[in-house]
Amino acid sequence: MSDRALVVVRAGALTTVQDEGRPGHAHLGVPRSGALDAPAAALANRLAGNPRGAAVLETTLDGCALRPRSAVTVAVTGAPCPVRLDGRPAAWGAPVRVPAGAVLEVGAAVRGIRAYVAVSGGVAVEPVLGSRSTDLLSGLGPAPLADGTVLPLGPPSDRHAHVDVAPQPGPAAELVLRVTLGPRDDWFTPEALRVLASRPYRVSSASNRIGLRTEGPALERSRPGELPSEGMVLGAVQVPPDGRPLVFLADHPTTGGYPVVAVVHAADLPAAAQAVPGTPVRFVPVRRRAVGVRRR
Amino acid sequence: MRVLPVGPDALLVEVDSGDEAEALHAELLRRRAQGLLRVAEIVPAARTVLLDGLAEPDRAARELAAATVPSAVPRGGRTVELPVRYDGPDLADVAAHWGVREEEVARVHAATEFRVAFCGFAPGFGYLTGLPERCRVPRRATPRTAVPAGAVALAGPYTGVYPRSSPGGWQLIGTTDAVLWDHARVPAALLSPGTRVRFVPMDSAGRVGLPRQAGRVGA
Repeated sequence: MSDRALVVVRAGALTTVQDEGRPGHAHLGVPRSGALDAPAAALANRLAGNPRGAAVLETTLDGCALRPRSAVTVAVTGAPCPVRLDGRPAAWGAPVRVPAGAVLEVGAAVRGIRAYVAVSGGVAVEPVLGSRSTDLLSGLGPAPLADGTVLPLGPPSDRHAHVDVAPQPGPAAELVLRVTLGPRDDWFTPEALRVLASRPYRVSSASNRIGLRTEGPALERSRPGELPSEGMVLGAVQVPPDGRPLVFLADHPTTGGYPVVAVVHAADLPAAAQAVPGTPVRFVPVRRRAVGVRRR
Repeated sequence: MRVLPVGPDALLVEVDSGDEAEALHAELLRRRAQGLLRVAEIVPAARTVLLDGLAEPDRAARELAAATVPSAVPRGGRTVELPVRYDGPDLADVAAHWGVREEEVARVHAATEFRVAFCGFAPGFGYLTGLPERCRVPRRATPRTAVPAGAVALAGPYTGVYPRSSPGGWQLIGTTDAVLWDHARVPAALLSPGTRVRFVPMDSAGRVGLPRQAGRVGA
C-alpha cells in the first residue's frame, strides 16, 4: 500500500512550500513568489531525484521535522544545519533515505537563514496559477506549515541523483549586491547616489520574503512626493520615506509608488536570501550594457 | 515617451497620461501577440508600462525610443457588470467632498463607464478610471485595518473593489457580491487591464434598480 504523504511533526518558525513561482501574472497583481534561494532549491531537487521545478519546503532559521508515511529520499540544502534521522546524524547536502514512519529533523541553521528540503516525488499540493508556492504577500498557495499538517507527495521519478554530495557556497560574511542604477535614480541627490555606492549598510531584522530591509544612512531625495504607481521587478531597490534601501525579493508587490533607485542583479539575490540580520551589505553599481536608451 | 532601464533585462516606458499608458499597453500587447516583442511580463500602471524579462532588451529599447505613443485608447474589450449596493460607511464623506447628496454619488458612480487601467495591490484588484476630475477624493487619513471583501471604494482618480478582506485606506461607498478573484476559475481575475466595468445598483433585497441615466452595455 502506498501512502505518499508527509506529516509535519514540527513546523518551525516559518516553513513554506516553494517551487519556481508563478511568473507571468504580474499584470493581475500576482507576485512571482518561489524559493528565495533558487539554486539551493534546485540542488535539493536534483539530489532527491526530482525535476528542477518540483515543490520543496523552505524553512526559516530553526528548520522543521517531518515524518513520511512511505519511504522517501530527502535532501537538505541552503543554510547549513544539522540533519538527524530518528535522532542519529544524517547528511546535509546529500541524498538521505528515510524509511516510512521515521522522523527527519532539520535543525536550526548554523549559518544563513533558509534551508530547502526536497522529498522524492515533490510536495504535491494543488497548484494555483501553475505554482505550488506559498505567497506571503497575497496569500496565494498553501498556508505556511503548522504542526500536524499533512502534505501529499507526488509519484517519485525513477531518476537518481548522479551526485552523492554537492558543494554549495556558504552564506557570505558580507553581502555584496551588484546594482544597475535606475529607473528612478534621478529622484535622488548626487550625494545620495555616492552614499549608496560607498557607505556600509546592514541587513535589518525586519526583512522577510517580500523584501530585504537595510539599516544605514538614509538616501536623500532630490524631489518630494510620491510617484504614481508603477511596475516593480525582482531585485528592485525601493527607497521608502525613511530613506533606507529595501531590496524586493520573490513575494514583492507587483506595483509600487516609492522610487526605485537601482536594481540588484538576479545572480546576487540567492545570497540576499541567506543574509542574517546584522550582515554588512555593500551596494556596488555596475554599468548596464550600453543600450540605445534615451534619457532626459 | 521616455524609456528607462530597469536592471539588465527590463524597461520602464513612461508617458504623460493615464490614457497614453492605456494606449501604449494595448499596442505592446498587440506587438507581443504578433511575435514582434518577446517579453515575460507586460505590467501597465498609472503613467508607465513595465516590460520585464525581455528577450532582446537592447533592441526593444532602440525600437521604443524611436516609436511614438499611440494616440487613441482602444475602445474594444470585455464589459463586466458588477451589482452594487451603495451602502458604504464613507458615502457621506465622499458626498461632502463632491459637494452633492449621497444619492448623487451613487447615481454618478453607476452612470460611469469605467476601464481597468491597471491591477496591483492584491491579485484581482483593478484600478478603474472613468470618473471626472472633480470626483477625486483623498485616501482616508487613517487606513482601516480590515476592509471587507467586495467593498467598492474610491481614492484619487480611481475606483476599485477589494477582492478579499485586507487593510485599506480607500473611501468605501458600496458593496458587491461579485467574486473578483477565484483562483479555481479561468480566468481567476474578473477584471484585467483593459476590461470595461459598469456598476449596477441593487437595493438591500438584491433587486436591480438602474438609475435613470445608466444603461446596460453589451459585451
